[in-house]
Amino acid sequence: MPSERQREEPSRSAENKMDNYHIGSLITQGLKKKPSWKPAWRKAKAKPSYDVIIIGGGGHGLATAYYLAKNHGIRNVAILEKGPIGLGNTGRNTTTIRSNYFYPESVALYDLSLRLYENLSKELNFNIMFSQRGLMMVAHTPTQMEICNRIANAMVINGVDGELLSARQVMERIPLWNKKKDARYKCHGGILQKRGGVARHDAVAWGYARAADGFGVDIIENCMVEDFLLEAGRVKGVATSKGEIRADRIGIAAAGGTPYLVAKLGQNLPILDYALQAFVTEPIKPCLDLVVLSLGTGTYVLQSDKGEIVFGGGLDRVPTHTQRGNLPTQETVVSGLLEMFPSLGQLKLLRQWAGVVDVVPDSSPLIGPIDTPGVYINCGWGTGGFKAIPAGGWLLAHLIAKDEHHFISEPFDLNRFNTGRLIDEATGSGIAH
Amino acid sequence: MQIFECPFCGKRNETEFHFLTEAGKERPEPAEEVSDSRWAEYLYLHKSPRGKTNEIWVHIPCGEFFILQRDTVTREVYQSISLQDYRMEGGTNQTK
Repeated sequence: MPSERQREEPSRSAENKMDNYHIGSLITQGLKKKPSWKPAWRKAKAKPSYDVIIIGGGGHGLATAYYLAKNHGIRNVAILEKGPIGLGNTGRNTTTIRSNYFYPESVALYDLSLRLYENLSKELNFNIMFSQRGLMMVAHTPTQMEICNRIANAMVINGVDGELLSARQVMERIPLWNKKKDARYKCHGGILQKRGGVARHDAVAWGYARAADGFGVDIIENCMVEDFLLEAGRVKGVATSKGEIRADRIGIAAAGGTPYLVAKLGQNLPILDYALQAFVTEPIKPCLDLVVLSLGTGTYVLQSDKGEIVFGGGLDRVPTHTQRGNLPTQETVVSGLLEMFPSLGQLKLLRQWAGVVDVVPDSSPLIGPIDTPGVYINCGWGTGGFKAIPAGGWLLAHLIAKDEHHFISEPFDLNRFNTGRLIDEATGSGIAH
Repeated sequence: MQIFECPFCGKRNETEFHFLTEAGKERPEPAEEVSDSRWAEYLYLHKSPRGKTNEIWVHIPCGEFFILQRDTVTREVYQSISLQDYRMEGGTNQTK
């Protein structure tokens, strides 16, 4: 909680742009005895009112503020984050980025995100370490292979790269895969999305924060939203732990915290909160150069740049609002990993943690206005919010600025539960999340 | 491993249980008069409360559906109530 002690600076004007990081600045600073790097974003003090308030300083909230400023010229924006930025699900996920979904609506959404990620380091002038190393979905039975066929076809029809591979081709890419005679999950083939990969999740938050700050957006950390201010049924601001802050338009990007917030406006959402766990082993030499997801065990795994094996699996089966996982799920996920890669059994687990994810019945996000005029939400990403950060921010910014949907976010409006036009990716792409 | 209690079988491991939905939802009827949004509310919307709550769970081995009263933040389990008893008490999602 260091921010209170640090100096709170006045708002930076729109002209006062951020310093560009480049090789020259690196050399100049590197040669100095005491490098004089500026903080990447200010510790802003809240003004009494803004044009737009974003609740939630994770990837989606920060990206929303950035695109509001960049795409729509709305710079009088505050991001309110209850803790320090990027320490919720943005800092807790396993960093995987992909767009291998089934329905055209989903592919349009997730591939927008992937395309924005492809140029993000350059755009933000911040290295998010995006590595398109490829994502392999492995099948174990003829039935799963048929599912893979169907998904690969859908991907190609939707204009996304998806390559169907034989068992031999998969094994060539994943030499450590369990080849024992008595292996329960033998490799039967798979799908490779070459454009899929990983990025450094903290850097995505920091990069968007720095760029939004450069546009004059105020990032207010350790500021908990306690209630909404309403006038004649319309939202007029929020009451926070740092006092009242007024704005006519409010965007909520608070993942698992969203149901709790909108309940104060009398709104229920089709969301249940669950804990999702992830694990990291001690670092080892490079042995896995792509992201692997097993359709049989539900475990997914990758090797970080530091050499650690990062892995995770399905949700805990007990709804909860705390960032803590349970033991039975740990056992399932770890045994899934060891079934796929028995040799990793020698490694020690360094860390295990959990995040609270907001799960929607059709495993697709909720983007749209809610019943209270002036309030817009972007949540329900479940276990896959990180890969969607640029698109989520882009679309929520569009919604707030224009008070109407972008055509990509339209199908994800809350009214799909009234019309019955669900986008059921749990059955569609065979990924249970 | 957490221990949950089935009203029929007694204390068992959490892996034997499956969460179904929040308790206290009334199926809106008659069907011809129920609006789409009311039906959607019944089918999909949750209160997702923080703290003590009543939920419907099933004990998979014996197939018994029952009310599990527990805390969604601390994960403390308070009690299991059979649906019959719960119905007689006129129970809802709200805990007293």
